[in-house]
Amino acid sequence: MEILLAAVVVLDSTLRLATPLILAALAGLFSERSGIIDIGLEGKMLGAAFAAGCVAAVTGSAWVGLTAAIAASVLLALLHGYACITHRGNQVVSGLAINILVSGLTAFLAVAWFAQGGRTPQLPDSARFLSMEWPGADVLDAVPIVGVVYGELLSGHNVIVYLTWLAVPAVALALYRTRFGLRLRAVGENPFAVDTAGVSVSGVRYRALVCAGVLCGLAGAYLALAQSAGFLRDMTAGKGYIALAALIFGNWRPVPAMLACLLFGCLDAVSIRLQGASLPGLGEVPVQLVQALPYVLTVVLLAGFVGRGVAPKAIGVPYTKEG
Amino acid sequence: MKYQNLAAIILILAGCSAHAADIRPGVVYDLGGKFDKSFNEGVWNGAKRFAADTGIEFRDFEVQTDSQRVQALRTFARRGYDPILAVGFQYASALERIAAEFPETRFAIIDSEVHQPNVRSIVFREHEGAFVVGVLAAMASRTGKLGFVGGMDVPLIRRFACGYVLGARHASPDIEIFQNMVGTTGAAWNDPVKGAELARSQFDRGADVIFHAAGTTGLGVLQAAADADMLGIGVDSNQNHLHPGSVLTSMLKRVDVAAYEVFESARQGTWTVGVRELGLKEGGVGWALDEFNEGLVSSEMEAAAERAVADIKRGDIRVHDYVADGTCPAD
Repeated sequence: MEILLAAVVVLDSTLRLATPLILAALAGLFSERSGIIDIGLEGKMLGAAFAAGCVAAVTGSAWVGLTAAIAASVLLALLHGYACITHRGNQVVSGLAINILVSGLTAFLAVAWFAQGGRTPQLPDSARFLSMEWPGADVLDAVPIVGVVYGELLSGHNVIVYLTWLAVPAVALALYRTRFGLRLRAVGENPFAVDTAGVSVSGVRYRALVCAGVLCGLAGAYLALAQSAGFLRDMTAGKGYIALAALIFGNWRPVPAMLACLLFGCLDAVSIRLQGASLPGLGEVPVQLVQALPYVLTVVLLAGFVGRGVAPKAIGVPYTKEG
Repeated sequence: MKYQNLAAIILILAGCSAHAADIRPGVVYDLGGKFDKSFNEGVWNGAKRFAADTGIEFRDFEVQTDSQRVQALRTFARRGYDPILAVGFQYASALERIAAEFPETRFAIIDSEVHQPNVRSIVFREHEGAFVVGVLAAMASRTGKLGFVGGMDVPLIRRFACGYVLGARHASPDIEIFQNMVGTTGAAWNDPVKGAELARSQFDRGADVIFHAAGTTGLGVLQAAADADMLGIGVDSNQNHLHPGSVLTSMLKRVDVAAYEVFESARQGTWTVGVRELGLKEGGVGWALDEFNEGLVSSEMEAAAERAVADIKRGDIRVHDYVADGTCPAD
């Protein structure tokens, strides 16, 4: 029972930590499967978190904040598109530029507008996405195992976490079962064929970037409106890059990418739980070791257990119409 | 030539008109930033009060990375700021250098000892304050489990943790305490998302009162406590007002008084150097009771806390100092 409870606590924590990663990885999936490298996930998420924090603070509504987050993130995605689809610029440079721009700009604007050292004002509960208790959680509490799993693990998350779980099958469906998905994948593999079929390569890629923007917007809003109560300077703390790693780790496919995000989230959760705990034969685990654990395991997993990743063929190559 | 003479005369006049004791105070904050509603903001409040009382403006600077510490101190000293207050133990090595470079400038540092002829070091006996909030936490807990979230894993923060654990055990010997440190770099002071996650994880394990000593990161801890309908304990500044009804109390560390005193003594010409240690007896640490938490602290708890305060002041209870020997008797 003790072990089950500990496991549920770690899994619960995993869900919370993995949510922004999954959203960002799915965003990267749209963009990269269409042939656009997306280093800018981090910047889009941060920009979205900033917009969410500002707008929710001013309007007092989480939903308006979410809308603003999506709008900001889509705008940044379109900027990326303008640079590397319309003008065929280098995709990595453009993505990095977005990250650097957003990191500086958000902190600067937050200081200028709110004078709180790069934070947006602390949001009241009414302007945030709070955790939702599922009906019957307290009734089931008495039932062994089921009660714990239902009450702790399934119930008690916020709306964006549940949206994320809907987003994974939705993205998989869109990618593999719709005409848009087919064109998207084709554009990432062989844009010439798509062009020959009379479909605009730029159009498909722009649409993919808009999808990526929407998902990054959700991730940013989750950080600012659900996990915290406002925007904080550099609050994404590298999550965009981790999501990108998870995407590559998951071979640019939605479900494996999600699993990779869950793994990263789980390692983080375990490292929290292991702090100060005594392991048999080792004694108390040093904080430094525990915190290095996720990175060490990532390297080990990436080096040893993952087969050769197959990237979309046309990734990173700007499309130039022949003739 | 004419102009140079004129300039010299103006300078002399300006020198005469200015009061002899007029000072140009400077403050450099730690990585948490001056709006952390805790440690750095306490210093800022003290400096602002000094400015309001005396009309003497001060300049301040927030470093963004560790490498800026030396630069910031040197720039302030070179521009003639005096005295210069460095906030946080992480300035110790930088100040060691800069104080030697500018022997005429008066420096002060909070939370560390720098032995130079022109430096005043102000340290606090945080373990005494932490002991008292530990007593309160143990009495407020219904689950018999408490939490502690520290910022950077350094001896100073372990000192908070150790005092807190000893206080909690003093009130309730069987109590269980979960401890988490946010990280091992300066970034650990500035990560409220991680702070909130650590707090949630401790709540999930059964804790119902969590004390933080983590600067801005602690804002996430207090937020998570408010979200989960549990109790948080603030640190350094009085943080009771941040989430009324969810902050059991705050362990006060009167850095505001220390900052005020540094500037005031320089202004009045009563400046001294050396190490100054501030504990419960000196009013340097304490616990906060105000209109925001009076509903949470029963008269019984208040009496127990005041009893602990009196015992420590008299020396009947000697709270172990982690920094002295690197161990905590409660572990």
